[in-house]
Amino acid sequence: MTDILFYIFAAITLISALLMVVSPNAVNGAICMIICFVTTAALFVLLEAYFLAVIQVLVYAGAVMVLFLFIIMLLDVNKDTSDLLKDKMTLGASITGFTLLVILIGSAFAGGQHLPETALLPVIENPTGEGAGIPFTTSAKSFGYSLFTKYMLPFQVTGFLLLAAMIGVIVVSKKHSENS
Amino acid sequence: MELLDASLPYLLPIVYALAMISVFMGLCSYSVLAERKVSSWIQGRVGPNRTRLPLLGHIPILGNLLTGLGIFQPAADGLKFLFKEEIVPGHVNKFYYMLAPVVALAPALTTMVVLPFGRYIDVDGVTQPLVLADVDLGMLIILGISSLGVYGIVLAGWASNSKYPFLGGIRASAQMISYELAMGLALLPVFMWAATPGSEYGMSLFGAVQSQQTLWLFIWQPLSALIFLVALFAETNRLPFDMAESETDLVGGFHTEYGCFKFGLFFVAEYAHVIMGSALFVLLFLGGWNFLPGLADPWGGGLIGTLMSVGWFTAKVFAMIFFFIWMRWTLPRFRYDQVMSLGWKILLPLAVGNLVFNTIIIALYDTFTR
Repeated sequence: MTDILFYIFAAITLISALLMVVSPNAVNGAICMIICFVTTAALFVLLEAYFLAVIQVLVYAGAVMVLFLFIIMLLDVNKDTSDLLKDKMTLGASITGFTLLVILIGSAFAGGQHLPETALLPVIENPTGEGAGIPFTTSAKSFGYSLFTKYMLPFQVTGFLLLAAMIGVIVVSKKHSENS
Repeated sequence: MELLDASLPYLLPIVYALAMISVFMGLCSYSVLAERKVSSWIQGRVGPNRTRLPLLGHIPILGNLLTGLGIFQPAADGLKFLFKEEIVPGHVNKFYYMLAPVVALAPALTTMVVLPFGRYIDVDGVTQPLVLADVDLGMLIILGISSLGVYGIVLAGWASNSKYPFLGGIRASAQMISYELAMGLALLPVFMWAATPGSEYGMSLFGAVQSQQTLWLFIWQPLSALIFLVALFAETNRLPFDMAESETDLVGGFHTEYGCFKFGLFFVAEYAHVIMGSALFVLLFLGGWNFLPGLADPWGGGLIGTLMSVGWFTAKVFAMIFFFIWMRWTLPRFRYDQVMSLGWKILLPLAVGNLVFNTIIIALYDTFTR
């Protein structure tokens, strides 16, 4: 049952991601991206990463994409896109991205190598994290526990990055006063 | 018989889900009636009192009473929506035009999967919630799924391909982004208090209700409750926040181009959101199925206790729905820029301050009580 669900959701994810890239209509692209995010969340659920799945829907599908759709509708970015491939930047970016993808897949499978298969650690309901390190669990509480103990530094750095981005936006969008 | 036994674990959840959807849709149609009756009462009118079903309406005294209360009106309204001619205007984007009402209604119906509506005491004497799916992320799931509901309004506005619905859609998306933030921040202190170290509930709504057995959160987190309530009104697009469909400046808002059953779906979706919002507020701040502050559960276990808990919870939800309707017919609509400045300049700083204040209190409490 889980296998069938995985194939269904994986297929929807890939197809909607592809449609998002090739769709000439910006709104169609945005809708495909929402579908892609939601099905990715479904894949997280199949991996029993419920917290990640909910956050994926809440943040990306629910908030970020609403903003995207808002901007698309407000600016009406439905211009003619027939000469898209003549644009050198777009062409260069596409080729670079595709090359990187080929290198990634090649390095994962070529030369007898394969993707690492880590054994699933036992699920513990309420970890204390003292002594024996932090075990892998699916509950939101242990997620937060490891985030605020073992991964405190990356967490703080991410927060700092977001703060920097926020201040940057305020500086860029601030209107200059008359006398300056 | 064997086949029945084997398929029962798969059939029962479907039966439960269908039962819950029927009850919920029934509540939706009767809250439409409640809206019409309460509004007419507030405005000194009579409201719907003529619709009479053939057999039921002609029982001597009861029939007249039910007809006068308008009990049969929702059936007439529903049938009217069903049998009207389905018109699709020529200038719309047909696919999204058809999709939008479904997208508006589906999230509201999906969120009730994690909504607990009562409690029972199992054979081991442990209190369990009555809920379709008991997950420890209940609150986050409700926030996540209901945040998808705005796409119905945005898509309807865009697909209609005309000016006023489009403006309605834009307004709805901006409003949704603004108030979601304050809503989430207002909820954080609640769960920080409810999920004390060592409790096994996490972010489940059942845990939030169980933590209110002595004192309702409404009483000792009044600021959170107020911010959440205001954000709830904004998220459900109800007056005084119905920017998306304010009929005085946008004709009919995002559903101007919609008619018949597709409009009916939007209509039902609005009331579904109101009912879900009321239930959420009751669970989080009004003690859920706990009887009174300080007197949590006077009914004991058994079937009667379970039914009383469900009944008491439902009564509170009805009171909240009445509050929603009462507000709608009492307050005038905000201007659009007022809505934005209320969200960003008042509610958001208040919610952040409330969060910081509660964090400090919890830290002090933890330091001095250990």
